[in-house]
Amino acid sequence: MTILLYLIPTALVMGGLALTGFLWALKSGQFDDLDGAAQRILFDDPEDNPPKK
Amino acid sequence: MNALLDIAVPGSSACLHCGGAVSAGESYCCNGCRLAHRLVSDLGLDQYYRQRQFDPAQRRPRPESDLPGSDLSAWVETSDDETSGRQVAVLTMMVDGLHCGACVWLIEQALLRQAGVIAARVSLSTRRLTLRWQPALVTAEHLASLVESLGYRLVPIAPGCLRNRDETELKSLLRAMAVAGFAAGNLMLLSVSVWSGHGGGMAPGTRDLFHWISALIAIPAVGYAGRPFFRSAWNVLRRGHTNMDVPISLAIILAPSISLYETFTGGEQAYFDSAATLLFFLLIGRYLDLRARRLARASAEQLMALGGDAATVISDDGSLRDIPARDLRSGQMALLRTGSRVPADGAITSGESLLDVSLISGESMPVKAAPGSQVYAGTLNLTAPLTMKVDKTGEATLLADIRRLMEAAESRRNRFVRVADRVSRYYAPFVHVTALLTLLGWIAIGQLPWQSALLIAIAVLIITCPCALALAVPVVQVVASHRLLKSGILLKSADALERLCQVDTIILDKTGTLTLGRLELQPGYNPEALAIAAAMAANSKHPLARAIARAGGDIVPAGNVAEIPGKGLEWSSDKGIWRLGSASFTGQPDDGSSDHILWLTNPSGKAEQFRLADPVRPDAAEIMAELKKIGSVEICSGDRSAPVQHLAEEVGVTHWHALQLPADKVRRLEELRAAGRRVLMIGDGLNDAPALRAAHVSMAPTSAADISQNAADLLFQGDALRPVILALNVAKASERLMRENLALAVVYNVAAIPLAISGYVTPLVAALAMSTSSILVVLNSLRLNGRRSRPRPIEYATSKIRDVGTSTATGIAQTQRAAQ
Repeated sequence: MTILLYLIPTALVMGGLALTGFLWALKSGQFDDLDGAAQRILFDDPEDNPPKK
Repeated sequence: MNALLDIAVPGSSACLHCGGAVSAGESYCCNGCRLAHRLVSDLGLDQYYRQRQFDPAQRRPRPESDLPGSDLSAWVETSDDETSGRQVAVLTMMVDGLHCGACVWLIEQALLRQAGVIAARVSLSTRRLTLRWQPALVTAEHLASLVESLGYRLVPIAPGCLRNRDETELKSLLRAMAVAGFAAGNLMLLSVSVWSGHGGGMAPGTRDLFHWISALIAIPAVGYAGRPFFRSAWNVLRRGHTNMDVPISLAIILAPSISLYETFTGGEQAYFDSAATLLFFLLIGRYLDLRARRLARASAEQLMALGGDAATVISDDGSLRDIPARDLRSGQMALLRTGSRVPADGAITSGESLLDVSLISGESMPVKAAPGSQVYAGTLNLTAPLTMKVDKTGEATLLADIRRLMEAAESRRNRFVRVADRVSRYYAPFVHVTALLTLLGWIAIGQLPWQSALLIAIAVLIITCPCALALAVPVVQVVASHRLLKSGILLKSADALERLCQVDTIILDKTGTLTLGRLELQPGYNPEALAIAAAMAANSKHPLARAIARAGGDIVPAGNVAEIPGKGLEWSSDKGIWRLGSASFTGQPDDGSSDHILWLTNPSGKAEQFRLADPVRPDAAEIMAELKKIGSVEICSGDRSAPVQHLAEEVGVTHWHALQLPADKVRRLEELRAAGRRVLMIGDGLNDAPALRAAHVSMAPTSAADISQNAADLLFQGDALRPVILALNVAKASERLMRENLALAVVYNVAAIPLAISGYVTPLVAALAMSTSSILVVLNSLRLNGRRSRPRPIEYATSKIRDVGTSTATGIAQTQRAAQ
């Protein structure tokens, strides 16, 4: 049963990473404009003029 | 000149920039488009033209060469950037005329190519542009005029208005849902191990370890994710009421607490997973419910914002400055651009134009405005720029009077107790008393120590936890609002469906509700004359002219057309002067019978007549007959008696009231309420807005005035009235489902009570009971989707969305896409 000592923390850490990832995505506004996000991938950023940071 | 400008698609007669009609041999419809096209190719953004798709409901991206841009400084927020030490300015604006992703890309890329711009982001869902730049390098006005010269209209938004309450609430629900989902998943993993352990001989030490880990996950997660329920429960308890959130909060607090006690004492049973799973399910229901309604509300709010919060003030030195309309002061001079709303009450000092006053009076014909005439906030300037002297602003305007009437009506609207809360009123005390009796019973009769008796009592509370009960209504609501959305009906308020079921009286407005609210050319005209008239009319924004231009189809606007406000149009052609306008303007005998007749005269004086009318909605008579089966039907209109009577007879309605002021309509509604009637009000004008609020429940077409759309509980799209019947049917069906669900949930929970009272409920039984009852409720609600009451109106409504021709239609099309 000692394998539980590895498996349970692993499961929790993986779940926790997914949760943190989701909360980060939510906070950084990635869920604000779902319509726009679906269309944006169709357009290239012109190479000679990359968007500024 | 750029080489690209010379490329014209062979055989095409569309403007290269805006896609509108052009004269033969021309590539552009106007100089603004020519400049915009050159700007786009100079910036290297030609990809826009290849990838864009026009949305017919949006205005074409034709730049308006109206007036010079004005000062935006009132809306700009400036702050110092910590890392670079430079000043950074932020401005948010509403963009009108977004068609698709290509528009978003064009605006963002064009702005990012300007020196000093740090970030430009357009949101397609909310139609907002957020701009960050260094004010030292470039001005807000320069950036705004760049976007406007591409053909989009911008309306600045005050920074304070951005933090929409719904949006913040939605985000916090989503966060809570994520936390609850994480906790529920992991706890289930641990709980299933423990349950299997019961049979497989799990050592008590391992079980306790699992319980401890569960406690560490569950307690913080429930504490965080349960806050929406705790808050709402606390709010009603403080006011001495109770709602569904009270038993929910109690259950999700008690379950982890008692489990924690069990864990401490090395007990066998822990209910951590039940609490987390319950919370997760409930949060999903609540999130979906709020989201569907927010989308509906947002489309109405966007209209309000576009309506013109900004006013252009003319300073003493003649310079122009844009300020928020609420900052206008009496005595200031304001400029009214073509197509903008009047920001305050006042008098015209110069210019001649036509005003669309339908917002205020419901009158569909525009009135002439000349120096000296009074104008009211909320009316729309149609044909030419005007200057006005501001007299009354903000709360003193006629518009604000109507808003106040609306708020007063709202406050008198009876407090509606939703069916779920009515059930919980009886259910909650019943459950709590049962639990208390169980506790006392086991101590007194069963001779148990109080700790064990308390455990059993809490098991009663957990098993009766209103999980299914709490899902019973929101799930139906979500399914119903989705079903309605597919048929072009937007559900704005949460209790609208339950209110709709009780309706026994229906009151309709005339113009714009029973009729389409727009003029259409009547048969019996000369087609050749129409082609000429349409080419002339394409130059005007007058409703009569627009109806003629619409009837003419895709025509090329004639050049050299002058508009004489209040009279008509004059075209100086090679052969002489053509006139299109009123009888007196064209020198025809005026029989005074109708305002809706236009005459076209050629240079030699030969005249042709065009008759226009506001047609009745195509299915009005049929729908009235169906509505009469539901309750009594009345027409309340602000119009004169004769047309109201004529229309009432046409659609077969016997009760009608003419010459009704907004206050009269509210009074009529209150009479009916006093008589115990539940009224459904359907109206569209600003003059209906107070009545929409005063009625038990209200609907408005999406062609309605923005304030009315805000006031109504439901909005429907298209030319047909069929959605009214459809909404009533769906409301009836969902009411039935809600009751079934509630009964199901109550029966299920009550059946488990004897088990709990006798002390046989283990966490496994609790989890099973809860999940099966919740799943049953959800499955039962989905039956609403299966019911195909009448497929015909659904097709009709969606095919007509395109015809609405306002920005609302797109707002709603958007909403539909987002919701699907």
